[in-house]
Amino acid sequence: MASNSRNQANVSGNPAGRPIVFAHGFGCDSNMWRFVAPHYEDEFEVVTFDHVGHGQSDPSGFDAQRHSSLDGYAMDVVELCRALDLSDVIFVGHSVSAMIGALASVQEPDLFDRLVMIGPSARYIDDVDYHGGFAESDINEMLESLDSNYLGWSSAMAPVIMGNPDRPQLGAELTASFCRTDPTIAKHFARVTFMSDNRDDLPAVTVPTLVLQCRSDAIAPVSVGEYVRDRLPHATYEVLDATGHCPNLSAPEATIAAIDSFIGVHR
Amino acid sequence: MPDSYYEHAACGLLTTDADGAIVAVNETLLTWMGVERSDLVGERTFSDLLTGGGRIYHETHYAPMLAMQGFARELAFDLVCADETRLPVLVNARTDVLDGRTVIHMAIFDATERRMYERELLAAKEDAEYSEAHAQLLARTLQQSLLPNQLPSVPGLEIAGRYLPAGAGYEIGGDFYDVFQIGPDDWVIALGDVQGKGVDAAVVTALVRHSIRAASVEHEPAGALRIVNEVLLKADVKRFCTVVLFRCRVSAGSWQVTVCCAGHPLPILGSADGAANAGRPGTLLGVLPELTLHDVEIRLDATTVLVAYTDGVSEARRDGEMFGPGRIAEVVGRAGGESAETVLDRLVEAATEFGGTPNQDDIAAIAVRPADSNTAP
Repeated sequence: MASNSRNQANVSGNPAGRPIVFAHGFGCDSNMWRFVAPHYEDEFEVVTFDHVGHGQSDPSGFDAQRHSSLDGYAMDVVELCRALDLSDVIFVGHSVSAMIGALASVQEPDLFDRLVMIGPSARYIDDVDYHGGFAESDINEMLESLDSNYLGWSSAMAPVIMGNPDRPQLGAELTASFCRTDPTIAKHFARVTFMSDNRDDLPAVTVPTLVLQCRSDAIAPVSVGEYVRDRLPHATYEVLDATGHCPNLSAPEATIAAIDSFIGVHR
Repeated sequence: MPDSYYEHAACGLLTTDADGAIVAVNETLLTWMGVERSDLVGERTFSDLLTGGGRIYHETHYAPMLAMQGFARELAFDLVCADETRLPVLVNARTDVLDGRTVIHMAIFDATERRMYERELLAAKEDAEYSEAHAQLLARTLQQSLLPNQLPSVPGLEIAGRYLPAGAGYEIGGDFYDVFQIGPDDWVIALGDVQGKGVDAAVVTALVRHSIRAASVEHEPAGALRIVNEVLLKADVKRFCTVVLFRCRVSAGSWQVTVCCAGHPLPILGSADGAANAGRPGTLLGVLPELTLHDVEIRLDATTVLVAYTDGVSEARRDGEMFGPGRIAEVVGRAGGESAETVLDRLVEAATEFGGTPNQDDIAAIAVRPADSNTAP
């Protein structure tokens, strides 16, 4: 276990192996990787972490200025990798973290060996000649629905250790705090995420990149995944036979197989 | 079990497959939404029933929760009804395995009134945040009205002033300072501390500051402070106040300062030889009708600096220990030949470093020394 000041990083696996860093997207926390990350522990040094304000991270690390754009989150990633003394990193980013990884690789190309983007979007809001899937009013509505949901969550609610007999693979340590985020930071992150436009950043990515697309995804439709592929200089593209925005949860085997073939793992 | 138990349950009931496609729905929900069963079953996903924003929330929060923990509770969504109106609902869901296939069962509660109440709560929270910001601005504005906007430029004298509000700056402190002219080469510098904090203290601070200005026109510092004392007693403000007054005049080519101290920590005179107290202790103002006050003459030469401060500096605390006059004298004593601004920078930095930031009490300090030309105008 190790951590830098801002993000709670969990390091596991083979300390002599290549580092593989898993970054969660908007909404949840590093628990998103529970069905995927453990598969890499034999061969790789596995790092999962929580973005500031999420999961076990220290909310005091949040800086409204720094974190007012995805670049700030990308700086966090770079600092995290430096703090852990990582090099030739394989960075696996889900959802918005796909773009955070792209930006981090543009900031520090030498730090990264490969990028894996799961359900990336270059821009969520429709634009002239671009279909992102959402209108600006949808985003405002979503921010409102966050208010409504976080209101129901009393800050007095303590994390409860729970067992889950239906899913023994989850273990007992997953708590009721799963997907519960500091409301102010979550809203800020939501706005930064869904208002972001990284279309012009993609051509600057020099690191070989795998774009993993679900065949049906309400957040990042197939046309958006294809757009990301076409804008990246070194893209490999794979469509997963999965629905929804979180194949790392709904189709972990297919997700692992796609990552494996991209980074050259033979099981 | 009669079908009507399911169909007419007091909540909407909906079952989808693992991908969210609707496989069953009860009459209650169909009625609420104004749709036919055939519109939904086999035709739509749960996500299709939501607003655009709700769909994002569904994909980023609800679906992961269900996948990870097998249940999700009390999630707030708006369902889009047949007539395009929105039905605010709360959803509880759990996964189940039916004939070897994963399904998701949902109980859907009409939350129209709850949502209105939540909106009111949210509006109240936003109002409170606005009020807090407004109160802070008000406190800052009032505080600024008790301090000079900008210190006057006094030919031949270098004067620096500092004020740091306590804590987050919500509260108005009683510390103040002032610099004003009586005549050619004749200036008054005042620094003081009115007991207490808040608007009441600020009103007294304004009274003291303006009384000092008025009384100084015809009186030496001790006389002026006696008048301030009378004003306070007559106004029955029930707050005491401590003040240091410097009357600075040019005499025989150098600055001559008359120092009077009313219940305040003695000012410090720093020079190449170290630091020493200036003036003599006197009675605080606003309590007793008879005062013991002393006008003490000192001469400022090129290497001396005269510093007055409030107890926010001397009483900055670390582990119960105070910063104290000794440390202040040490900082001022080391400052021989440095500008008034630099001396105050060092003093405030040392005190806040000692007591930790944010400072617990408000801090005011003022420093005066002959200007570098070393010649009086």
